[in-house]
Amino acid sequence: MNGEARAATASQTVGPFFHFGLTPKPNGRLVDTLSGGEAITLVIRVTDGDGQPLNDALVEVMQEGLFGRMPTGEDGTCVFETIRPRVSSNGPVNISPHVFVCLFARGLLRHLHTRIYFAGDAALDRDPVLALVPHDRRHTLLARPDPADGRQWRFDLRLQGADETVFFAE
Amino acid sequence: MPRSALAGTQPPLLFPAYRSTIRRAPSEPAIRVPASLSDLGVPVYGWWPVGDTDNDLTRQHDGEPQGQRIIVSGRVVDEDGRPLRGALLEIWQANAAGRYRHSRDDHPAPLDPNFGGAGRTITDDEGRYRFTTVKPGAYPWRNHENAWRPAHIHFSIFGSTFRTRLVTQMYFPGDALFPYDPILQSIHDERARNRLVSRLDLSVTEPEWALGYTWDVVVRGENGTPFEERA
Repeated sequence: MNGEARAATASQTVGPFFHFGLTPKPNGRLVDTLSGGEAITLVIRVTDGDGQPLNDALVEVMQEGLFGRMPTGEDGTCVFETIRPRVSSNGPVNISPHVFVCLFARGLLRHLHTRIYFAGDAALDRDPVLALVPHDRRHTLLARPDPADGRQWRFDLRLQGADETVFFAE
Repeated sequence: MPRSALAGTQPPLLFPAYRSTIRRAPSEPAIRVPASLSDLGVPVYGWWPVGDTDNDLTRQHDGEPQGQRIIVSGRVVDEDGRPLRGALLEIWQANAAGRYRHSRDDHPAPLDPNFGGAGRTITDDEGRYRFTTVKPGAYPWRNHENAWRPAHIHFSIFGSTFRTRLVTQMYFPGDALFPYDPILQSIHDERARNRLVSRLDLSVTEPEWALGYTWDVVVRGENGTPFEERA
């Protein structure tokens, strides 16, 4: 390959048996590395077109450049201990704080990108990426606080159906 | 590279012959985010260090695993031809009998007490990597009547940003199962399928020890088209 242009290698599914390769140890505690801020628990639940939980998905998140990776359990959820995202001091001022998500699973021939925003955040209406999303689908990108425990935020990642999560091509 | 040349080089999300895609592929098109607003350029860190025997799957237990010992090596570059330096490569695979060390794999083939099947390494300054392992076996799955996966090694590539993130599978040359495998056949472009197949490489082979295979990987370039627009 003498530096000539070549097309990227094709993606293939992560399959159902990645755990011993990619998640032998849990990697869901971002809060130990991110300093300061408001500690939260982010619970992500992944469901298919029948509303059934995916018990074999792999969720990767990125926040302030820090990486987390967790497999979903039998109930389709995985949990990240993190802080509520903040606006980066050197980023665009109108960006609403969010968590970047990369999803892999059996049945996904390529990974998917989405973003978790936080319901009630003051900058949601000004966020330039949310502005690209039709109004009636923006709610699919919002995590909401658990009514019983305000530290806990829940995000539903729906692969299909009426409230199908918005995914991004970028 | 013109977009027309990229058509069919990535798999679609919905490929009904691979049954699991039917209820998992999103039905709405992805929304295009301009590069200036994308998170794909943010430098990312946070994986744990690689250990001494992590790139030699034949030396992770007390004894040697059963099967054909092989070396798999190659280079990871981006579409602009730049080596992907210091990238984390993770692999996982079935053992020589076609069985994964996984609680949900119920294929009645033997586990090997001397084979875990997972490896990790970091690419060098030229983007090179090298693993020693055993050749995985083919195994049955329940996608359709008498479905068998061709032998493969799963690869995960993690560079300095999510732009170069890639999870894929490497196959072995001449496998007669290729035409019957909907996961490989989901890639429309024949050359793109062929690029997932490693080649026997006598220069990588260690005489009297192990056969060598070469497999090069290309990740998305700096201004590369999103994969969503290449299916």
